[in-house]
Amino acid sequence: MSKRIEAEGVTAWFGSHKAIESVSVAIEPKQVTALIGPSGCGKSTFIRTLNRMHEVVPGARMEGKVLLDGEDIYGDGVSATDVRRSIGMVFQRPNPFPTMSIRDNVAAGLKLNGVRGKSAIDDAVERSLRLAGLWDEVSTRLNRPGAGLSGGQQQRLCIARAIAVEPHVLLMDEPCSALDPVSTLTIEDLITDLKDDYTIVIVTHNMQQAARVSDVTAFFNIGGPGEPGRVVEMGATSKIFTKPDDERTEAYITGRFG
Amino acid sequence: MTTTDATAVPVRPRRQNPRGDQVFHAAATAAGVAVLLLIVAIAAFLIARAAPAYHRAGWRFLTEREWFPDDPSRAFGILALAFGTIVSAVLALILAVPVALGSALFLTELAPPALGRWVGHLVDLLAAVPSVVYGLWGVYYLVPRLIPVSRFLDRTLGFIPLFDSRNNTYGRSLFAAAVVLAIMVLPIVAAIAREVFRQVPTADREAALALGATRWEAIRLAVLPYSRGGVVGAVMLGLGRALGETIAIALVLAASFKVDIHVLEPGGNTIAANIATKFGESGAHGREALIASGLVLFAITLVVNVVARGVVYRSAIAAEGRP
Repeated sequence: MSKRIEAEGVTAWFGSHKAIESVSVAIEPKQVTALIGPSGCGKSTFIRTLNRMHEVVPGARMEGKVLLDGEDIYGDGVSATDVRRSIGMVFQRPNPFPTMSIRDNVAAGLKLNGVRGKSAIDDAVERSLRLAGLWDEVSTRLNRPGAGLSGGQQQRLCIARAIAVEPHVLLMDEPCSALDPVSTLTIEDLITDLKDDYTIVIVTHNMQQAARVSDVTAFFNIGGPGEPGRVVEMGATSKIFTKPDDERTEAYITGRFG
Repeated sequence: MTTTDATAVPVRPRRQNPRGDQVFHAAATAAGVAVLLLIVAIAAFLIARAAPAYHRAGWRFLTEREWFPDDPSRAFGILALAFGTIVSAVLALILAVPVALGSALFLTELAPPALGRWVGHLVDLLAAVPSVVYGLWGVYYLVPRLIPVSRFLDRTLGFIPLFDSRNNTYGRSLFAAAVVLAIMVLPIVAAIAREVFRQVPTADREAALALGATRWEAIRLAVLPYSRGGVVGAVMLGLGRALGETIAIALVLAASFKVDIHVLEPGGNTIAANIATKFGESGAHGREALIASGLVLFAITLVVNVVARGVVYRSAIAAEGRP
């Protein structure tokens, strides 16, 4: 089910501002790949090019290739909606649909995919909520508004919503940055569980988090103010955090800047 | 970093009731009370001045179509006026709301931002045109051009009474009045709906798009549910405007006092237009009767507003609880 993602020479702009330049990264299935780096280095921009969410921002454009098991998601005749159905995303702030119940939130993607029938949807909702570790907390109140849950529960609800449609890849853009430490640990455990089934890419500001959850880490940085972000170094997380090759990586992970 | 007592910034004790707070408190209270008093004063004025007319007409005020308050041998009542008011306003909304919401969705969700801003300003300009101009434009330009439209509706849908003109006359009808009202209501509803749609958090739209929703599916999943209360408010404001519109209706309609669903036929009247056209020529009894009709209009708009508040309030509760 999980697939390999390969970005080749991805450059992305917002209007005339070049946010990232020639980023080439290979992301392996059934692993957690962390993208770290200081603010404004283009991590979020890059992760949003992986499911074509970058292009929904007015004035945004990109060049380069993103291959999902060898197929270019920006190729001719490939629709952005199809890409996003197979590459799920979880955002920085929990964003359940505020007017929908817990069940309808999880079912939203299924219904978009044409899944009909109450039992099929109920099964998928339960399976997704169990995978997201939320079932025991919400099983008795599936018809209550999703917005009534705590922040951490809402984020797990959003993860359940994303995995309900069985994507090949799960992208997480700083999924814990709006959460308290306990909720953060819950989500990190969940990420570790999910990597058996999914290719996971996570953007994080929190280096301890990257060290805890990821197998591979890519360090992004900018050359200076206004310059585009690039990948400085990528490798096994254990190596990046103990003996990185590049001195800028070392400076960042030892807390000398960023 | 820890702060010890020695390095702590000394905190000056705050005065308990600074003068600014008191002034603000008094001014805000006065403003709130003034608004209440104003509404009570208007209602009291209407009731006091209308009472003699109600007394003369009795319950027939609610069931009578004719309007001869100055003639003791003839009757007067609100029925035809209230009918024309509500029918023209509802028709206007039926025509205006889909276009208004469609344009607001296009300008906020689909159009390039620069285009959206410019077209938005143009729509806003429509709201700034005085209603007497709409009335003149309606009677000289629009009414003649609506005649072929009315004839077409009559020929194709004439088996439905609403679209039937029994003597094949068209023109200064409730339908024409409703079209003019629709054009007047459109920019208000569109402008408010646009602001409402803009309030929808980007995060909600992106949540839908990231699940693989198309633009329309994202609108249906994220934009419309979130903005339901605001849209209802926009429509109700439009309804209020349509119910109370006076001069444009007075110019467009060939006034007559009938309760007739054949809205393509000339004739009909509304409360506001009747007050404007009749006030000058009325005697003392006539004016009391007009004020009595004004009180009915006041009551109708009050009910509309209370219902709208209820809807907005309920959907506001449904949208609550985000972190």
